[in-house]
Amino acid sequence: MADIDWHYFLELLVSGVTKGCIYALIALGYTMVYGIIELINFAHGEVYMLGAFTGLIVAGVLGVMGFPETGILLIGGVVAVIYCSAYGFTVEKIAYKPLRNATRLSPLISAIGMSIFLQNYVRIAQTQDFLRYPNLIPDFAFLEPISDILRPSGFVIIVTSSLVMAVLTLFIKYTRLGKAMRATAQNRKMAMLLGIDSDRIISATFIIGSALAAVGGVLIASHTQQINFNIGFLAGIKAFTAAVLGGIGSIPGAMLGGIVLGCCESFAAGYLSSDYEDMFAFAILILILIFRPSGLLGKAKVQKV
Amino acid sequence: MYGKTWLGIVAVAVLTFSSMHGAFAAETIRLGVPGAHSGDLAGYGVPAYNAAQLVVDEVNAKGGINGKKIEIIAQDDQCKPELGTNAATKLLADNVDVVMGHTCSGATKAALPLYTDKKIVVVSPSATSPELTQSGSFPLFFRTTPSDDAQGKLGADFVVQHLKAKKVAILHDKGDYGKGYAQFVKEFIEKSGTDTKIVFFDGLTPGGVDYTPIIQKIARSGADTIVFGGYYPEASKLVTIMQSRKMKVNFVSEDGVKTEAFLKLAGKAGEGVYASSSRDYSDLPMTKAAVAAHEKKFSSAPGQFFMQAYAATQAIVNALEKTGSTDSQAIAKALRTEYVDTTIGKIRFDEKGDTVGAEFVMFQVVNGKFVEVPFKRAQ
Repeated sequence: MADIDWHYFLELLVSGVTKGCIYALIALGYTMVYGIIELINFAHGEVYMLGAFTGLIVAGVLGVMGFPETGILLIGGVVAVIYCSAYGFTVEKIAYKPLRNATRLSPLISAIGMSIFLQNYVRIAQTQDFLRYPNLIPDFAFLEPISDILRPSGFVIIVTSSLVMAVLTLFIKYTRLGKAMRATAQNRKMAMLLGIDSDRIISATFIIGSALAAVGGVLIASHTQQINFNIGFLAGIKAFTAAVLGGIGSIPGAMLGGIVLGCCESFAAGYLSSDYEDMFAFAILILILIFRPSGLLGKAKVQKV
Repeated sequence: MYGKTWLGIVAVAVLTFSSMHGAFAAETIRLGVPGAHSGDLAGYGVPAYNAAQLVVDEVNAKGGINGKKIEIIAQDDQCKPELGTNAATKLLADNVDVVMGHTCSGATKAALPLYTDKKIVVVSPSATSPELTQSGSFPLFFRTTPSDDAQGKLGADFVVQHLKAKKVAILHDKGDYGKGYAQFVKEFIEKSGTDTKIVFFDGLTPGGVDYTPIIQKIARSGADTIVFGGYYPEASKLVTIMQSRKMKVNFVSEDGVKTEAFLKLAGKAGEGVYASSSRDYSDLPMTKAAVAAHEKKFSSAPGQFFMQAYAATQAIVNALEKTGSTDSQAIAKALRTEYVDTTIGKIRFDEKGDTVGAEFVMFQVVNGKFVEVPFKRAQ
């Protein structure tokens, strides 16, 4: 092991971080919702898929009108964020709010049902074929010297995700709504007693989570350049894994979990065998959970009686 | 012991019977059609049975072969080996002259020793297991569908002889089809005895978020050619990554990629990709007529292996006409030497029993279309 090929290592690291950023963006939605109402929102992967589709439809329309590529990407991203936020909001109102006081299993089943509904709705309303996604990310001249390590799409994904995550962290930490969210996550009953409208907080959580997933959807679609109605499934499972890995309920945990998972997969594919990529990623998950049952950054919770 | 004695008696009895026919002793020519006519895999067997009926109807309407009508004797084997031997025993007891079947490789393999003992020619429309023809144990067995390893062989020959690749990376999607293809390519490249090396052999998860690390690993291996076993969505993701990394390596794949959907999905990144497939025969007048006849008689579109079964029956009819007898050696010789126009093109059979004329060919994406690559294989 005297001469480690650092260039190759860096390549794998960058592609792992790229993939990890996408996982992190989706994982944030899982973890925020879990933090507030202790629900695994299985329909969340579908919101990511809807984001990618919205981006594609907007790109199709704007492309005909002759917009520049970067403009299409930005507008497509914004429209996807708004559209998916509306979806997140509605899904919560339809599928979870009526079950707020039911047993914990009921909203879980409702979430699985919502996921199946959204997948099939897109399959019927759009298409079940794979669709080509236009390459909307321009070639940055300043990336030319390191183009074999960092591709423009990877660069855009990493920068955008970092920005979004930084904004989210500041938002949660310093704004009124962010503080109210944290308070609700800590103790919903107490927060309500202190005058926080928990329904509003829950809606806000779903909206923010969906917006992040939409950003992830648009970014990954412009990176891999193809989508279909089923892309949310595997991405959702991986992101959920990342959320658990980082400690479900913890926002920095979701970011870290996503990047750790992405890098694990990338190194497994690069140094071992891509045949075992998934196996390796989940083996890491099991190992971490054995030694840290509440995840990397999760706090061991004392059961409130 | 009893079993053996009993088998011996049956064998003697059947031998006596079989010596009675030859040179059109019977009043009709008996065509055995065993296959999956019911059960889970009927979707493969029933179209073949329908095809046999259509060809026989047509021949009989014209007065048969040298004045003799063809009679179909069908036997259901549900693609199960044990039922395959039952079906074969019953057909032999019914004195069939020639057999068009069975559907599945398992049942075919189980039944073939019985037919071989009685020297009956068997033409299968759909049994694809390589050993059926390659083992040499069944000299009277023929098939109109390429064997499972045919595409892998073509892929390997193409990579070695046409692309003259030095370092090959083989990637598959872990599925039966893709992985099977990848393993055959690997095997044939290793057997080719050239200095072509396999520097990478691995699988990927279909539907994965990003395959960049895999491409990075392949790039690092220094491969000049990538062989991919799988379907078009993954293939187009791979070539898109390769394009954005400006990687200039050959990309060779099979008929899971040779689709219109691949061209749409991969766009410019798909340019130059090689993919093998059988030729498209749907435009042949004979093929169109066969489809129309099926729709008329069964009021549905023909299913899988219909064309291969139609061609198999046509080849049998042609051999019977040319030889004017039901002597198995004569039929086999005619199948090997006489080209016949069928619904899958102009075909004959080689020494081993595989079809000549309906092989896989290599295509390349040129200006957004698949164009056949002229490539003659050295044997």
